[in-house]
Amino acid sequence: MDRGHYRILVGMAAGVGKTFRMLEEGRQAQQHGRDVVIGYLEPHDRPETAALADGLEVVPRLRTSHGELDLDEMDLDAVIERRPELALVDELAHTDAASTRNDKRYQDIDEILDAGIDVVSTVNIQHLESLNDAIFELTGVRVRETFPDRILEDADEVVLVDLSPEQLQERLREGKIYPKERAEVALQNFFRQDNLGALRELVLRELAEDVEARRQPASLEPLSKQAVGERILALIEPQPKSQRILRRAWRSAQRLNAEIDALWVRPAHYEPSEEETTQLAALRRLASILGIHFLEADGHDLVEAVRTAAADRGSTYIFLGTPDERRRTEILRGSLLSRMVRELPGLDIRVVADRAKKEVPE
Amino acid sequence: MSVVTFWRHRRPRSASGRRVLVPFTAGELDPIVLDAAIRVARAEDATLVPAYLIVTPLEYKLDAPMQQQVAVAVPLLEAVEHAALRAGVPVDARVETGRTPTHALQRLWEAERFDRIVAPAPGGRGSHGFAPKELQWILVHAPSETLILRPDPTLARGARLARELEAVA
Repeated sequence: MDRGHYRILVGMAAGVGKTFRMLEEGRQAQQHGRDVVIGYLEPHDRPETAALADGLEVVPRLRTSHGELDLDEMDLDAVIERRPELALVDELAHTDAASTRNDKRYQDIDEILDAGIDVVSTVNIQHLESLNDAIFELTGVRVRETFPDRILEDADEVVLVDLSPEQLQERLREGKIYPKERAEVALQNFFRQDNLGALRELVLRELAEDVEARRQPASLEPLSKQAVGERILALIEPQPKSQRILRRAWRSAQRLNAEIDALWVRPAHYEPSEEETTQLAALRRLASILGIHFLEADGHDLVEAVRTAAADRGSTYIFLGTPDERRRTEILRGSLLSRMVRELPGLDIRVVADRAKKEVPE
Repeated sequence: MSVVTFWRHRRPRSASGRRVLVPFTAGELDPIVLDAAIRVARAEDATLVPAYLIVTPLEYKLDAPMQQQVAVAVPLLEAVEHAALRAGVPVDARVETGRTPTHALQRLWEAERFDRIVAPAPGGRGSHGFAPKELQWILVHAPSETLILRPDPTLARGARLARELEAVA
């Protein structure tokens, strides 16, 4: 049986319209003759959302209890037994009640997909596991319900449901997200404009990276990958001159509107000295500030390592410092630059001059 | 012999291994301060470490990309590096971030060793050296000998350094 198609609607915060969009998509699918059910819906007491759910079949919830508390969960077995073509399941990061067989709702969704049922689900970006610390630093809120990054990576489609911070605040003031008495408190806390702006930037960046990861079909010969734009690969070493290589690469990237990767090829079994470790840390910091992706690869053969990295990243442009080659190596293997030109066809190569060798003391 | 082996070449270091830090911020470094820092580094046979300090607003992570500030820092560092190398002084430039200039400085010297720090004080006509409170903090917390330089208050400031150094670059 083929696994179902998984589509995730991602937003920066509650209230951007993910559930609304999910229901809209469900209704459209139904109008096109598909068999659609609501597996689980969080109406959040929002009348517009409830109205949109009207007319869609709802699989009754499973009533469980936790101590004296009654809890409603998605009835996973009932959804699978019902065998719709498409199930709408809200809030994939939700933690299931202890008495159910899975810990998290995304695990329930996994079972539904395995049963060959398509799923549309929703989630807010703050639940993404790898962003947990960043979210805490940005908002001061430690999110407890998280989901692993592989869920987004494995989904067939990830769709951004976007709203500007101003529009979201407006919806909040109008009582469309929370009751009005809660809205004012929310506006002073999580829904502050700076918070929302930062969250929006995070979700946009995360999805841009997801798009980038999905861009290249695996079947293509690595070096024949078609780049959408320029992408620079800067080769660095734990030396002061590499700071300049990164800066030069950054300046070129501004003109080319290119992404940059920095690559350090660490010789196998090589342990950097204390000084080199410091240099590497400084290079990492600079890379981070410049928005450069820092890569590290092990290997004895620099050209081969560059070839692999360039293929993985879709690089179009190599930046490197002046190689300090010994004559004997040049004779034995040909110069590094000659090898690069010969063995990395289709890549532009730029050598960044070492000014320390050019400048003459006054 | 592997290709990587020959890439791991001799380190272009100053003979003494000493490092002179000259931190600056807000898009300028007074040419007189730079000149003094270069002379100190040359006299001590040290590597000059010009460090551009970026203040990162609280809503961003400390290591978040800061395109606008970097756009100022990068050409300035290039110019400073050029001036130092012309004087025969090895350079190992840095960009560091922090919530305040002194926070950035602290992060820098917690990560690296410096033998001397040359800190610019405010000069005349709007020069952007460290504020008196920051200089006081530097004097109290700096891990090494610190030299506070107050440029000639009668000289014009602003972006003059960048213009002058770009002209010779």
